[in-house]
Amino acid sequence: MKHLLNTADLSLEEAILLLDTTAQMAATQSREIKKLPTLRGRTVVNLFFEDSTRTRISFETAAKRLSADVINFSAKGSSVSKGESLKDTALTLDAMGADAVIIRHQASGAPHTLAHSGWLDVPVINAGDGTHQHPTQALLDAFTLRRHLGEQLVPAGELPALNNGLGKDLTGRKIAIVGDVLHSRVARSNVFLLHTLGAQVTLVAPPTLVPVGAETWPCEISYHLDEVLRDWQPDAVIMLRIQRERMGGAGGGYFPSPLEYTRNFGLDVRRMNYLADHAIVLHPGPMNRGLEISAQAADSHRSVIVEQVSNGVAVRMAALYLLLAGESQPATSDSNVKAEL
Amino acid sequence: MTSEFDGPAGEAKATEVLASAEISRALTRIAHEIIERNKGGHDLVVLGIPTRGVPLAQRLAARLSDIDPELTTSSILGTLDVTMYRDDLHRQPPRASGQTDIPGDGIDNKVVVLVDDVLFSGRTIRAALDAIKDLGRPRSVQLATLIDRGHRELPIRSDYVGKNLPTSHSERVFVRLSEIDGLDGVFIAGGDK
Repeated sequence: MKHLLNTADLSLEEAILLLDTTAQMAATQSREIKKLPTLRGRTVVNLFFEDSTRTRISFETAAKRLSADVINFSAKGSSVSKGESLKDTALTLDAMGADAVIIRHQASGAPHTLAHSGWLDVPVINAGDGTHQHPTQALLDAFTLRRHLGEQLVPAGELPALNNGLGKDLTGRKIAIVGDVLHSRVARSNVFLLHTLGAQVTLVAPPTLVPVGAETWPCEISYHLDEVLRDWQPDAVIMLRIQRERMGGAGGGYFPSPLEYTRNFGLDVRRMNYLADHAIVLHPGPMNRGLEISAQAADSHRSVIVEQVSNGVAVRMAALYLLLAGESQPATSDSNVKAEL
Repeated sequence: MTSEFDGPAGEAKATEVLASAEISRALTRIAHEIIERNKGGHDLVVLGIPTRGVPLAQRLAARLSDIDPELTTSSILGTLDVTMYRDDLHRQPPRASGQTDIPGDGIDNKVVVLVDDVLFSGRTIRAALDAIKDLGRPRSVQLATLIDRGHRELPIRSDYVGKNLPTSHSERVFVRLSEIDGLDGVFIAGGDK
């Protein structure tokens, strides 16, 4: 695993290694001293071409908790606004000695280009590209799901131990992903990762918000939220944000009105009551309260939305650790040093 | 007492240097030494370093609680993962870090006994000292190892040693414990024969 670009590329072993490492990282985050010396002296660049608060802060926190130096780069106020290309930005970062690049870009595939073009030879982590992939979000969702739905099922509202399900996948668990699948990189990343982990996934969205080609994904597609919640009895429901900034004015014609969307696809208390005792509700944030999720649902005992944020830091620590710590140094002075302990 | 044993990872035949009963005797002696040196079991915490320090620490804690009835195994036993504190991470393939468990009372002002299977370069123990520093401030830290095979690269020594085993650099020492490997024994392999 040289880069983390796409959850479809992750093998089951790699995914479980990431989730297990996350559990250990999360355990260190309840200590008084949260900082680990693991990546001391390494430089991590946050390359953000698109607005983000939680992902950028989460990556920055993760890198700092591992003692790496963090350079934040946002397109606004940089030479990109003067017309600098991605290639020249990458060459600049390479010349400055970056050890890893975390990139968010509005164009799908930009992280892949950065990783494989030969502009710089460091691990690249995709922090969200266009409507393509957001692997660390999928991993943190999977970690949250495994913690709650791992080996033993507990009633929603109880918090199982961090290592619940350690070493295991999500075989047999049923996950519904509801909302704006069309614009959601989170949905795409989750479908492939959860499939790799053995879970069954059903996408629920109005037909206008299901992308062309979704029928080839390893999941079921439904247009009826009530039926899915009542008859399929999912173990978890992942609500997606309606991405109005990508829809153009007046909702862009994807649905007649916000009120109608809420009636048919919003998660409220009535719909939550269909769920089993142990079922939980996730949302990648930021939420549109009152649109895809009601305030009562977002604040209910089933909601693990705040926990997802803290798990996000642990997941990103795990990704940085696994990509950076094992990276072999140039073979120079190592020949006469025996790395045996 | 030279029974042959298949070494790990394609290693040729290995020679047994400690058998199950001798490991058991060594641990019992170490437990008594710990109690003697610390004038009782007051404030003791036993931390095993993964992988094979963990079952050794369990056995040691069980013996300590047998000797001093005030102690219970669960209240003094813990695990200390040092993966994130190693100085050789960039030379080895990334490994999943292990778990750290500290007894409920923490380690502040306690006497911490670190337990590992083989003391070699001393770098694992250096990492463990760094890890302890982030968890609290023990009154003192002591080290118990089943085998001391020499070749230290750092000024670190063991307070309690099961057996001193003079080795050459080319030899490999490996400890097998029934909890992990299904049998007990210390073996030596390789070297010039």
